[in-house]
Amino acid sequence: MGKSNEDMEMQTLTEKLLARSSKRKSVRPGEIIISEPDVILSHDNTAAIAEIFAQLPQAKVKHPERLAITLDHAVPPPSAKHALNHARIRDFVREQGISNFFEIGRGICHQVLCEEGIVGPGLSLLGADSHSPHFGWLGAFGAGIGRSEVAALWATGQLWLRVPETMRVTLTGRLNPGVTTKDLTINLIGELSSEGAAYMAVEFAGDGIADLSPDSRAALTNMMAEMGAKNACIAPDEVTWNWIDNTLKRTRPADWAERLDRFREHALYPDAGAVYAAEHRINMHDIEPMVSCPHAVDKVLPLSAIAATAVDLGFIGTCTNGRLEDIAAAAAVLEGKQLKSRLIVIPASSLVLRDAVDAGYIGTLLEAGATIGTPGCGPCMGNHMGVLAPGEVCISSANRNFRGRMGEADAEIYLANPAVVAASCVAGQLIHPAEITSGRQP
Amino acid sequence: MMAGTAHRVWKFGDNVNTDVIFPGKYTYTVSLEPAALARHALEDLDPRFAGAARPGDVIVAGRNWGNGSSREQAVTCLVAVGARAVIAASFARIYYRNAINNGLLVIECPALAEAVSTGDMIEIDMDAYELRFAGQVFSFPALPAEVREIVEAGGIIPYLQLQT
Repeated sequence: MGKSNEDMEMQTLTEKLLARSSKRKSVRPGEIIISEPDVILSHDNTAAIAEIFAQLPQAKVKHPERLAITLDHAVPPPSAKHALNHARIRDFVREQGISNFFEIGRGICHQVLCEEGIVGPGLSLLGADSHSPHFGWLGAFGAGIGRSEVAALWATGQLWLRVPETMRVTLTGRLNPGVTTKDLTINLIGELSSEGAAYMAVEFAGDGIADLSPDSRAALTNMMAEMGAKNACIAPDEVTWNWIDNTLKRTRPADWAERLDRFREHALYPDAGAVYAAEHRINMHDIEPMVSCPHAVDKVLPLSAIAATAVDLGFIGTCTNGRLEDIAAAAAVLEGKQLKSRLIVIPASSLVLRDAVDAGYIGTLLEAGATIGTPGCGPCMGNHMGVLAPGEVCISSANRNFRGRMGEADAEIYLANPAVVAASCVAGQLIHPAEITSGRQP
Repeated sequence: MMAGTAHRVWKFGDNVNTDVIFPGKYTYTVSLEPAALARHALEDLDPRFAGAARPGDVIVAGRNWGNGSSREQAVTCLVAVGARAVIAASFARIYYRNAINNGLLVIECPALAEAVSTGDMIEIDMDAYELRFAGQVFSFPALPAEVREIVEAGGIIPYLQLQT
């Protein structure tokens, strides 16, 4: 009631982010708010959204500077229909004067918008893509919405949201060699199920986070989409600020300092007394390499329980695990080895590809016999560039293994960390990377 | 008293994801024409559905219906088929939003989801917030007022058209 009451409200990071995006002092779980996001994301679905937008009386997008559009889901276009879709998006971008437009080959929306400093600490994004919780690794709010909602946002700048309850996941200890945050998320989703955080926010906390690299943090928040979460977030720390500083100097040489200042002013942190609807604690030292088995992300087994399952091909890429650290892990496994099974590697962005070339990783992958693809989503959702044949078994660093996901209903997809994918392609079967790097391959 | 309306059930299980409701390989090539969307509805889950479903049919499912991709065609393909509602033990959040924003009725009712099978006839009574089947009555919660306005308008686009 009174203003002083509102001031005293202790809030989670997500509650603070949503309070800001709805121009309020505080919000409570369960409330319906009208949010005005800083960024509205769409990708290859932009032309379809524009068709919906055309049904509205507004001829012009209300805040064109808030839109961010990447071409990433089927790039370069594998058919004339896909090419026409891209052509229509370019028309829309021109007509509406959208400056944050990223052409084919620049990379996957979630990776590119972080690299370009379009999303950063304290900002909020709504996106026509289910992996939008990704942006929480920067201390931002990101949630996926549908196409009609994006059309409504283009027209009005606003959208209704229900304030989620927050689940806190406290991380302690350190990951063992060969184990990544991908294993941590698969393990957590296996325990809590694919709806374990349905309608909820997930906030990662604990002193274990300080040791996690930027690339591995992004995998953490990204995968929470597979636990049903609305968004996931990590409060910014020195690791976050260093990454933003280094990256923006490369991508925005003209205004990186201004952008960094804006993020520093906007950064939000959870209150010590905030209320969490659920609490989980994970000692990262206890995690071993984990695998999601066909055809559900929450059908989880330790790698050790299904080792020796034969695989026809591997895929390393996507918004979940297609960053430099992931490609470096694959290169470390493949150094001096030859593949028994096919391996497709698709960097998450052109910046990642450039760095992977400079570091020599791409050379190592090519020498081992891997195929390198244009930065983008690749075969993740069965569009192109590595779809499966009937009966094939794929080991993938992506985020979903649903029936038909990679284009063929009668195929099997296992999900794992990138080193496990690379090692399994050397052995022709699921295997722990240590067995390859130590030379004890079968 | 308003009587409910009668609907034939198609029953599915838990964790049905959007990739089997509307396969991703069609998302950038199949047009948004209702007939084209309807042809692929539930293609990788029950290939008979698209051919045999009739307007007014309802889908009844277990937990977490519509998890996975945000693709709206997983809702609009069912609207195109003429499905009256999806009734589930629970919904994935983006699917739930997409349904509301495209005028597809979504009802959370775990007890009814347990009780019925494919081919059963159920009654939906939107005035009483009740579902009826074989002499049993199942109530379901009303939506928040802000959200109900959007559903009543037939989705967020018709809702915005009405406002201007």
